[in-house]
Amino acid sequence: MKTIIKLLLVLAFSMLSWPVSAALRVFACEPEWAALAQELAGDRVSVYSATTAMQDADRIEARPSLIARVRSADLLICTGSQMEIGWIQPGSPGYFEASRFVAKLEVPSVVDRSLGDIHPAGNPHIHTDPRNIAKVAEALTQRLAQIDPENADAYRARGKSFLERWRSAIEKWERQAAPLKGMPIVEHHRAFVYLVAWLGLKEVGTLEPIPGIPPTPSHLAGLVEAMRRQPAKAIVYSTYNDPKAAAFLSERTKIPAVMLPYSVGGTDKAKDLYGFFDDLIGRLLGVVK
Amino acid sequence: MNRPRLMAFAVAAALGLSNSAFAVSDQELKDLREQVRQMKLEYEKRIEALERRLQQAEQAAGKAEAAAGKAQETAVQAAVQASSRPVAENALNPGVSLVLNSVYANLSRDPRGFRIDGFVPTMGEIGPPVRGLSLGESELVFAANIDPYFRGTLIASVSPDTNGAEIEEGYIQTLSLSNGFTIKAGRFFSGVGYLNQMHAHAWNFADAPLANKVFLGDRLAEDGVQFRWIAPTDLYVDVGLELGRGRKFPGGPDGGRNKNGFGSGVLFAHIGGDIGTGTAWQAGISYLSTSPRDRRFDDPDSTGTNVTNSYNGRSRLWALDGILKWAPNRNPTTTNFKLQGEYFRRREDGDLTYDTLAQSLGTQTGAFASRQSGWYLQGVYQFVRRWRAGYRYDRLNAGTTELGLVASGALAAADFPILSAYNPTRHTVMADWSPSEFSRIRLQFARDKSRLGATDNQVLLQYIMSLGAHGADKF
Repeated sequence: MKTIIKLLLVLAFSMLSWPVSAALRVFACEPEWAALAQELAGDRVSVYSATTAMQDADRIEARPSLIARVRSADLLICTGSQMEIGWIQPGSPGYFEASRFVAKLEVPSVVDRSLGDIHPAGNPHIHTDPRNIAKVAEALTQRLAQIDPENADAYRARGKSFLERWRSAIEKWERQAAPLKGMPIVEHHRAFVYLVAWLGLKEVGTLEPIPGIPPTPSHLAGLVEAMRRQPAKAIVYSTYNDPKAAAFLSERTKIPAVMLPYSVGGTDKAKDLYGFFDDLIGRLLGVVK
Repeated sequence: MNRPRLMAFAVAAALGLSNSAFAVSDQELKDLREQVRQMKLEYEKRIEALERRLQQAEQAAGKAEAAAGKAQETAVQAAVQASSRPVAENALNPGVSLVLNSVYANLSRDPRGFRIDGFVPTMGEIGPPVRGLSLGESELVFAANIDPYFRGTLIASVSPDTNGAEIEEGYIQTLSLSNGFTIKAGRFFSGVGYLNQMHAHAWNFADAPLANKVFLGDRLAEDGVQFRWIAPTDLYVDVGLELGRGRKFPGGPDGGRNKNGFGSGVLFAHIGGDIGTGTAWQAGISYLSTSPRDRRFDDPDSTGTNVTNSYNGRSRLWALDGILKWAPNRNPTTTNFKLQGEYFRRREDGDLTYDTLAQSLGTQTGAFASRQSGWYLQGVYQFVRRWRAGYRYDRLNAGTTELGLVASGALAAADFPILSAYNPTRHTVMADWSPSEFSRIRLQFARDKSRLGATDNQVLLQYIMSLGAHGADKF
């Protein structure tokens, strides 16, 4: 008994990975916030992204490595608004809730699970509008300065320069995306609501009959019918969705199905936040041209 | 602009003008008309005034909007100040959730005669449900952060029949201890093994493994304190200590020992991590030590009399557990697989008193020593969205049980039939369908050889549904 405990303690201590540099340890619940922290703090932080763009952000499961990473993190950046309700307990010290800093869309007036997997605080997929990224960037810069006061000036300078570059990038994207205005699309899940609002796209239907419920044959048949009367320009699904439903509808309606990266890392081009939006707009423009 | 007219009509109706039953003189009619006309004028004036004010307000709003753009930058600053406060659950009420379950059982053997031969009965609820349709225990959960320092949880299970409500878990837990420490105090599911900490609704089969039934009385919920520490490593490592009263089997079925201090202790350690981009694993070891006093069980002796026997001594249980979860790209939505197994080994050394109530051959005490073990291994595969199938194999090894009373010839082995050397086994298959995260319908078939010389074919059809606040799931 005692020898085993000793053995375990030795094992535990031998695995202590003492931080080599004094870098701030950032735990990002989603890859977009990992990318943003990297933009804002460079090598002053070591960033760990708990999830990837290949995972359904609404259905993340807790696992031991996440608990270990949260335990030693100095800063936890999560979307919040109950997106991580199944695996992160809000309120731990160092918790930064990104969705607090943006105006949320689709805040339901009636909250009932018969309406599907709805979020009482509004649609949490806020990162698909770059203006939201800018708002979170400002708040995050201040939080970084607050928890690492020695480097506060450096964070502010870096934050300022990021925002300048980001704002001109937004202008560029808005120019590029001008032909997309008013374009009717069908979404798999309402994961790109903020993108739709930003670019003035028109969402005319979803493959899911209600949020979180997988596409049903009868619902898809209804969509085929609706598309015949008022065709959409694209059927949009994301990296983690099962592409079958989009392919089914595309085949029957001849409307192209477009896979969009859900977040940074979702496609080869979406290497960072800039690449993510470049690719989002590029893929949508590919349908128009 | 038909509102004044509508208003006038409403007034007229209210005055009863349309009611021909009233005899009204010309003069009165004139007066009324004049009154109505004046009211109409007055309302028109008021509405004009309102419209003017509305216009002004709209202009002001336009200006405000422009100002708001500038104010937003300041607001972000203010929000940063406030951002350390998390979103509350149901405003400030605790998060409440409810789990409902119900089962249909078709059993080839009478569940009232259920026993697991070869092992000391735990006097817990270890048998299958009653035959036919029955409502399971409903689970009611309340949980909320108490303040920045503590979180409180109460989980009550409400029995469908006369037993009333039982507190399954009721504990507080520290939120802000530094260096990876957490303290839990109250009643909680012990950290011994893996499945013991999970609520029945999160199990992958309708019932507990046989090993959990014989070594932990289905489930060990202890009144006590738990200290847990998570190592500051990228590999997950935790160690924990629990000190409890020993209120249930193996400590004792009668509410624990009448003793100051602690009646039971548990030590546990886990280690876990990721393999590649799709697999997560965890392995654990735990040790439970307790000294039962007057732990009773009933068993029919060689004369056929149902006598009460009592055990005094030490009980030490070792448990090893391992879990492996796989999902392509860690996205379990469509397909995923979970492999889980636990191994238990128990030593008990003490005295066994036969027939404490002197109902049969007279009360006698002799030495008792047993070395027993058991394990299970199960795999559950989600092969398509919503559908899962699983298989579980259970095996218990009765090992050795030395009875002083039998060795000395005072009594025969037939006086302790349940302690006979028998190795129970069970095969279980299940398939379940989960229309959403909150509902599940499961069909399970088991070939249960818990009883010496009798095979029980068990078919269970159950639903498990949860409503209300969404709690965090365990690995």
